[in-house]
Amino acid sequence: MKKDEVPQDPSQIHAGIRKLLYAVDEKGEYGGVQSTGWEVENYVTLAAVDELKRQAEAALVRAKAGKASTLEYHMYARRMDLATLSATTGIWKWRVARHLKPDVFPKLSADLHERYAFVMGITIEELRGLPDNV
Amino acid sequence: MFDAAAPFQHRQSAHCESGVVSNLLTHHGLPMSEAMAFGISASLTFAYMPMIKMAGMPVIAYRMFPGSIIRGVEKRLGMKWARRRFSDPRAGAAALDEEVRAGRPVGLQTCIYWLPYFPEEMRFHFNSHNIVVYGRDGEDYLISDPVFEETTRCDGPALTRARFAKGDMAAKGHMYYPTELPSSVDYERVIKSAIRWNYKTMNGPVPIAGIRGIRFLGRNIVKVSQGAEAEKMLPLYLGHIVRMQEEIGTGGAGFRFLYASFLQEAGKLLNNDRLLEASKAFTDAGDEWRRFALNATKMCRGRAKMDVKALDAQLNHVADREQEMWALLRGL
Repeated sequence: MKKDEVPQDPSQIHAGIRKLLYAVDEKGEYGGVQSTGWEVENYVTLAAVDELKRQAEAALVRAKAGKASTLEYHMYARRMDLATLSATTGIWKWRVARHLKPDVFPKLSADLHERYAFVMGITIEELRGLPDNV
Repeated sequence: MFDAAAPFQHRQSAHCESGVVSNLLTHHGLPMSEAMAFGISASLTFAYMPMIKMAGMPVIAYRMFPGSIIRGVEKRLGMKWARRRFSDPRAGAAALDEEVRAGRPVGLQTCIYWLPYFPEEMRFHFNSHNIVVYGRDGEDYLISDPVFEETTRCDGPALTRARFAKGDMAAKGHMYYPTELPSSVDYERVIKSAIRWNYKTMNGPVPIAGIRGIRFLGRNIVKVSQGAEAEKMLPLYLGHIVRMQEEIGTGGAGFRFLYASFLQEAGKLLNNDRLLEASKAFTDAGDEWRRFALNATKMCRGRAKMDVKALDAQLNHVADREQEMWALLRGL
């Protein structure tokens, strides 16, 4: 990549931060070039974030309809999935999967609720409730 | 060898780990560029790992596992790191304060999600982000995060949280700084041994690693397009590949430009034309990776017709470029 080919596209993900890329000048010498962003990278990152948001919204709808526990919504809202939640809490996956059920989660001990709330960085009250909108 | 009075120099880098390593070595009296730290640790690779999933997607690695630059530099330079991990976050925070009081900048392994100075859209649960703490001002720690343009700050509780986030590749408060540095470095030996090692990893027999791995990825795109829910899965899958390749921290084209920069620096240092030629060839390979990302994304957005055979062919072309480059370095 030549230095004048380094993309300088507006980026919604970098929030004004320029990242460093390596490129060659007209003499072929390598050096760092700051880039505001690349449309390609911007698009795929936003697509990934949208997919996570879509999962969170779907989980919110399910939780409000009583078809999923509030835990499932908060998991997706915190950009986690079952594997991440299991790894960060140290609770086995099959147990986490069980806790995603709406009739199981409310009956868990306060201790377990606290473990989930802690790794998500929210309070127990927040974990047990749902927001009005995403 | 280390001077508590010397101010820490923040140099922006493409990648967090090579940035922290080169900045710490430079501060402790062994000036080193990011590209050199990346190159001599032989951290370039390609690996398609269907058995390790990240958010439901297979991990595609363009570099060796986190920690390999720290360890690789130690092994090849014959230097030593003091490295500590902690089971108790309080002990980890106290140990950091001790180093800060002594005026010693230290490297820390952290989880991006809990670093408050990261922009919202970039915060993912990733446990191997490296930063330097070089001081303290009241409740705030002074942070040199090498992927950022300027130094920044982070309050104590958030920093401890980021250091002790649990899960895959948990940092456990990992803190490190150089202790023994060699008085002189035989760059001829160090560079050649690192490149020979990299030659082996890129030209190995494993079907999902090295140049074969790049071809494997191409075949797999075709396979995903024939699988269940292809219409929904294929754009997500292609987007995932492009993200792994181009997201922050790779310096562009999945570390290919960073490595080409290393080859050029090494070629000049050792007066070796083969290395300079290889640097150019690898820049071409990097350009091909970028064109692949552009094409795949166009197809995801519906701005070009989805053509998995074309993407497969393009990745084979990338693999050919890389193969030609390594052929230049054979038997170095």
